[in-house]
Amino acid sequence: MNRAIVTVLGRDKVGIIATVSGRLSELNINILDITQTVMDENIFVMLMLVDISKKTLSFHEVKEALRQLGEAHGVSVRIQSEEIFDSMHKV
Amino acid sequence: MPILNTSEILETIRMIDRENLDIRTITMGISLLDCACDDIRALALRVYDRVCTRAEHLVRVGCEIEDRYGIPIVNKRVSVTPVSLVAGGTNAASYVPVAQAMDRAAHTLGIDFIGGFSALVHKGIAKADAVLIKSIPEALAQTQYVCASVNIGSTRAGINMDAVKIMGVCIKEAAEKTAKSGGIGAAKLVAFCNAVEDNPFMAGAFHGPGEADCVINVGVSGPGVVKSALARLQGAPFDVVAETIKKTAFRVTRMGQLVAREASRRLNVPFGIVDLSLAPTPAMGDSVAHILTEMGLEYAGAPGSTAALALLNDAVKKGGVMASGHVGGLSGAFIPVSEDAGMIEAAQAGALTLEKLEAMTCVCSVGLDMIAIPGDTGAATIAGILADEAAIGMINNKTTAVRIIAAPGKRAGDIVEFGGLLGIAPVMPVNTYSCEAFIARGGRIPAPIHSLRN
Repeated sequence: MNRAIVTVLGRDKVGIIATVSGRLSELNINILDITQTVMDENIFVMLMLVDISKKTLSFHEVKEALRQLGEAHGVSVRIQSEEIFDSMHKV
Repeated sequence: MPILNTSEILETIRMIDRENLDIRTITMGISLLDCACDDIRALALRVYDRVCTRAEHLVRVGCEIEDRYGIPIVNKRVSVTPVSLVAGGTNAASYVPVAQAMDRAAHTLGIDFIGGFSALVHKGIAKADAVLIKSIPEALAQTQYVCASVNIGSTRAGINMDAVKIMGVCIKEAAEKTAKSGGIGAAKLVAFCNAVEDNPFMAGAFHGPGEADCVINVGVSGPGVVKSALARLQGAPFDVVAETIKKTAFRVTRMGQLVAREASRRLNVPFGIVDLSLAPTPAMGDSVAHILTEMGLEYAGAPGSTAALALLNDAVKKGGVMASGHVGGLSGAFIPVSEDAGMIEAAQAGALTLEKLEAMTCVCSVGLDMIAIPGDTGAATIAGILADEAAIGMINNKTTAVRIIAAPGKRAGDIVEFGGLLGIAPVMPVNTYSCEAFIARGGRIPAPIHSLRN
């Protein structure tokens, strides 16, 4: 399995989860795990662990698609390979 | 079962987004040893072809890795075998055509720097070494991406004072020939004692003769991350400071190891080393000097600076060494002046002097780096500064270097702008008492004894 982490950060508003997960579904990216919270000052944080092995576009295109989606909705949406977090925080 | 650790993920993102965590460079080392031939034009062509073939995919792969992990890779670079080792058979009077070929290759590839217009003369100067050193000022004036280096001493060989004398002249000429750009030629020229063969950082990168045909070395960075970690520890004792730096360095280096492994796999080139370095840039929040101020100094250069830097340098190594399979290069905290916002402030405030910088280089990597001095500084004085710095390296069994720019037409207190990663240099005053007769002696300073240490 080829896994990545999708991070959504921004001001909380209605429908952020639906918007992002809808786009991921269009890109044939499967959500394996999801956690979300609203931090101080109404900042919305959502993290998704996703399987990108069957994605319909290249990694770069997926990244761009999510970035544009975020821009259109006033939040930041990024996708990074899971390895970077594992390597940084696990011995 | 998959588990998302929110705090770890957000910490990584904060380090990249707000604290300027980046991979400073992926540097591909390329051997030119078998390019040697007896015609300088043919050699230049072979060098161009070799570099372009080996590094064809370097920039693309670097960008793919950036994309995939979301970590900026600031520079993609190439280092080659010291040119004096491959150009000797040509009997040419100048090796500038080889530098031009390297420059064209860098341009074709889209890389940021190419290093290795170099000579190793710590014991003696071969004919080819003399030609190379003589070619350096012109080579740097005629090229954009080429970096040059010369090793003039080592712990095992002592200091070649003939080479030191010649390098004083070379460093001055390199600045003079690029006077229109503030003397930028000298910013791409470094003189070493105990040069290492696998350094990914410029201007001193070259692919040592003990290396394989092609290798990937990675230099990490991240002074902003260390500074932010210390900012959360107001007033804590040094034990806590050291532990925090170690943990941070571990994380930063793991990122470097991941990138190095991935670059090596994608390029099908063996992984060489990760260089555990805290390399600053002129950007705010990316300063090594500000780590020292965070520890409680008003400016870098204030009393306590050498101790602070010693702690920092050691903790970076301790934390980083476990994070990577192979550690090498220069590994430590860099203290260039023009490339570090905090160093620039300190120099402008008068808190940081050349002499204090020299003391600080005893405990960190690498040496007197990116320091602008008055344009009328004589070649002998530059050679004297180089001899002092080399002596520190020789006696303490460490790499030291000098990259100073005698900025043409500038006086102490003026400013020289180099732009980009090379930054802005306040011109620092130099001790003006003469060392002319000392440098004129030439010969060699013998290698030091390794017992009876004190």
